[in-house]
Amino acid sequence: MAQIVNMPKLGFDMAEGTLVRWVINEGENVTKGAVLAEIETDKATVEVESAFSGVLFRQLVNQGTVVPINDPIAVIAEPGEQVDLESLLGKPAESEKQPEIEHPSEAKAEEKPEVKTPPPAQPAPAPQVPPATGGPVLASPLARTMATELGIDLRQVHGSGPDGRIAKKDIESYQAKPAEQVAVKAPVVAPGPAFVRETRALPLPRLRAAIGRRMAESMKQAPHFYVTHDYNVGALVERRKEINALLGEDAKLSVNDFIVRAVALALLEFPNLNASLDLKNNTLIYHGEINVGVAVAVENGLLTVVNRNTDQKTVHQISSELKVMVARAREGKVHPEDIEGSTFTVSNMGMYDVDQFTAIINPPEAAILAVGSAVQVPVIANGELTIGTRMKATLSVDHRISDGAEGARFLQALAKYIEEPLRLLI
Amino acid sequence: MPRITMREAISQALWEEMERDPDVFILGEEVGLWGGSYAVTRGFYDHFGTDRVKDTPISEATIVGAAIGAALTGLRPVAELMTINFAFSAFEHIVNQAAKLHYMFAGQMVLPMVIRTVSGGGRQLAATHSQTPDVIFAHFPGLKVVAPGTPEDAKGLLKSSIRSNDPILFIESATLYSSRGEVPDGEVLIPIGKSKVQRVGKDVTIVTYSKMLETSMKAADQLAQEGIEAEIVDLRTLRPLDMEPVIASFKKTNRAVIVEEGWRSFGIGAEVASRIYEEAFDYLDAPIQRVAQKEVPLPYNRTLEQFALPQVEDVIRAVKEVA
Repeated sequence: MAQIVNMPKLGFDMAEGTLVRWVINEGENVTKGAVLAEIETDKATVEVESAFSGVLFRQLVNQGTVVPINDPIAVIAEPGEQVDLESLLGKPAESEKQPEIEHPSEAKAEEKPEVKTPPPAQPAPAPQVPPATGGPVLASPLARTMATELGIDLRQVHGSGPDGRIAKKDIESYQAKPAEQVAVKAPVVAPGPAFVRETRALPLPRLRAAIGRRMAESMKQAPHFYVTHDYNVGALVERRKEINALLGEDAKLSVNDFIVRAVALALLEFPNLNASLDLKNNTLIYHGEINVGVAVAVENGLLTVVNRNTDQKTVHQISSELKVMVARAREGKVHPEDIEGSTFTVSNMGMYDVDQFTAIINPPEAAILAVGSAVQVPVIANGELTIGTRMKATLSVDHRISDGAEGARFLQALAKYIEEPLRLLI
Repeated sequence: MPRITMREAISQALWEEMERDPDVFILGEEVGLWGGSYAVTRGFYDHFGTDRVKDTPISEATIVGAAIGAALTGLRPVAELMTINFAFSAFEHIVNQAAKLHYMFAGQMVLPMVIRTVSGGGRQLAATHSQTPDVIFAHFPGLKVVAPGTPEDAKGLLKSSIRSNDPILFIESATLYSSRGEVPDGEVLIPIGKSKVQRVGKDVTIVTYSKMLETSMKAADQLAQEGIEAEIVDLRTLRPLDMEPVIASFKKTNRAVIVEEGWRSFGIGAEVASRIYEEAFDYLDAPIQRVAQKEVPLPYNRTLEQFALPQVEDVIRAVKEVA
């Protein structure tokens, strides 16, 4: 019995996904749980696993196609099974898969629809569609893994193996090759040798492109305003030191773990900042869960890993959950649920000696908190100059959802937890 | 460290264990008065006496059957089968009794027994006496199959085998008895079921065991002169098979050649390659190569025999195929 695979919904705000790459070709066997394809959402590239076993009878969309959630992307059938796509999908079979873009003129000239399903009288052959690009790119599994990680298009790489198969060394030499695209020489201004570095044009990595799109959209659509607050973190730093003395090397808590919990508790009092704007329906969505996202720097960009129901967890729980997800994110093995569903984001650059900075809101959230370093500074207490420990945090807020006064009150509420850290531990 | 032969290493292991534990005894064809057909037990009969070094009739089923009975009653027999080709005459006792009694009687008894035997070709003993059917025995759960490739491993693994409470088939190579290697003084014990990296390299992983370890080492030396550094993982035990060092090495080199003396079909190479595909597919940079014996009953004619057995040149060719 043939089964339809649909574009999965990987988060409450996901409307569509781009099918980046088919992992299983038509006619190949699929087992339940095997990776069928890679799709790219606004946030990351994730793998779609098959919920069925059988043969991939038909890929319904080409690589690079943007598909709305729940729309069919593939059909999986029993080996040898004849599938009537029309009745299965409830629409004409020939319209599903558009010709590859490499042959736009042919596609126009060729008016008559080509029905790929063989006549039913024939013995069932393996359903196979000849690739339109003159055969698939031959590459070793390792070369494919490397190309994906490095964002290299395998079609650009020369394969040195049998039948032009691409191996690890071909990827390495492709990378090492000075970019043939642009090599600009500086004009000679004065006599004498000048050292000229090459200007290189490299393809934009996918994650980089996704971040760019998303951040540009956020800045364009959400009018940001910023509020900064200076926190006294002397007590927090001390408590953390005491607690960490009791914990093993792998279980130590970071300052950020405390801040994440503080943010979750403060958000309980500020539902406006734990909300999303739904412009299409002219409504504000107040999220029932407080899911705090934490921005993580990864190769070629950043990801936001999500701690769920943060208000109901201890600092220790938050810490251990985040550690696991951060490790996965850095290894490029992030799970879809790791990065979906955050309702508020914390971006902490304390480890980089940053006094303060402003962050761009992670759509469709209402606000983001940018946290700087905790540093010793001169402070005046009771008319005397003493040494204190301070940390600045800047809240970026979507003005369509909230206003400056509320942002400031949120930061004050946050102070209650950050400056009296025992509140975070009870 | 003294450099001794494989024969001396095996002999030392037997001698030391018999001195250590009075329950250990030897039985087999011509192991006593004659000193063993490969001279491993020379001098044992005079030293340990007829109770502990037993010459048997020419009946492999009797040898293994008697060993099973002795093991069941608490002794630690070391049975010698002159060649693994004769183990077929004792097949029922090995795979249906020795391998299964512990399991079929709910673990009520153990079988602390070792069957020492000799595998491999290359000595012009013709098709029926030159086989390498190690993989057949490694197929059966309940049996442990040990096949060392160096004197040190032979000594350490045989001593561990004698002390083990499981039935063990201990396979020696017919053409390795005179090869020498360093063996530490004093007690040598090597755990069963652990593969070992015998040579470190970065370009290709050669997985092998027993006689083919020697062949692969020679190939690796020649390849090194051409700038190809092969890493060699010696399986040492076929069951239980320890893939960890193999996978670790493969993740480093991304290429593998598996070398075995037996036939290719359904062989060690097939098993190891399959496990690599399962456990390290994304690290694969070239199809895995297998080097094995040509698929014919081994010829008696010396030239043909050598042609049919895997040689150093075959290993080099396979490595160049993937590297």
